[in-house]
Amino acid sequence: MSDLSHWSIFINAALINNFVLAYFLGLCPFFGVSSKLDTAVRMGGAVSFVMLVASVCAYGINHALELINAPYLRIISYTLVIASTVQLVEMLLRKLSPPTFQALGIFLPLITTNCAILGLALFQTNRGYGFSQSVVYALGAGAGFALALVLMAGVREKLDLASVPALVKGTAAALVVAGVLSMSFMGFAGLGA
Amino acid sequence: MPVNKASNTDEFVKGLWRDNPVFIMVLGMCPALAVSNTALNALTMGLATSFVLLMSAICVSSLRHFIPRETRIVSYICIIASFVTAVDYLLQAISLELHKSLGAFIALIVVNCLILGRAEAFSSRNRLVPSVMDALGMGVGFTLALLSIGAVREILGAGSLFNVPLFPDGYQTWTVMVLPSGGFFVTAFWLVVVNWIHQRRALSP
Repeated sequence: MSDLSHWSIFINAALINNFVLAYFLGLCPFFGVSSKLDTAVRMGGAVSFVMLVASVCAYGINHALELINAPYLRIISYTLVIASTVQLVEMLLRKLSPPTFQALGIFLPLITTNCAILGLALFQTNRGYGFSQSVVYALGAGAGFALALVLMAGVREKLDLASVPALVKGTAAALVVAGVLSMSFMGFAGLGA
Repeated sequence: MPVNKASNTDEFVKGLWRDNPVFIMVLGMCPALAVSNTALNALTMGLATSFVLLMSAICVSSLRHFIPRETRIVSYICIIASFVTAVDYLLQAISLELHKSLGAFIALIVVNCLILGRAEAFSSRNRLVPSVMDALGMGVGFTLALLSIGAVREILGAGSLFNVPLFPDGYQTWTVMVLPSGGFFVTAFWLVVVNWIHQRRALSP
């Protein structure tokens, strides 16, 4: 059991060790859905929700697996739980907000293979976070992911209007922007102490 | 579908350059960036991913008539996750140090979109031999891409390659290259190089 305060876990997950910009988790949706600000906000929300549910489930599963002494089933069971959560979110969104469902398109089912979510579940297990710590960690990671996505979308909307050499246009330009964002997030490093 | 020797070679070669997973299809970027801070990490990650890719291609391809369409994604994930668990324990047995430096990224091979993508797009529709060739080609292409990113980052960031120092003592290391942002910059650089080669080929007949 780790004895970090909730606040420091939150700040750590959201800013200092931002999942996208410091751990490189969840890059596919980060580049895929960050071309429009509107979609980016919705995607951030969906991923944060899945993270929260997955984190709670992962906490329970980890305890169950330790009871039956089968840690080697961890990866499989985490992945299956995440896949079913994504299915749930998909059904909810289709019912409650069809425009969001349309806008996210293929990237919604792909949240299943978003490494940020499995990464979150594995990190919280490795660090031995308790229940409330896990929830705070998931909230922080979700907030950090949404923040990175929204920042990136803002920059890319401007980038569309700028004149970029044909060679660099597209993914390469997005990567350079992400590199600069990642560098600026390193400025938060001092907050952890 | 007629299968001959030439097409099998083609399935292998396409992963190396024409359909390179990282530089052309932009799949599996997360591990490509995260563990490419040294050439050794990049090589290990590439080999581990290739192994999972190959084994899951064999399973998916041989079981393709038994897996119902509706439950195929879940079945693929189960197959992939089993092999990843095996690799995770295997690497722990071979080198604990290497396992520590790769951290959770070995377990995260499960969610590498490259593997699920190839299972869905290729192995589930093709016979065993082409699937194996495709998986091998993709694996080698992925490893090469990782190695090229990792080598540049290690040379510039630490002044060495596979832990062998390359420069005399006075070399000023580019610390930014081993930091996360360096991964983005080096990958962007390689993408530009690949784009440039493509552009030149398109111009000269």
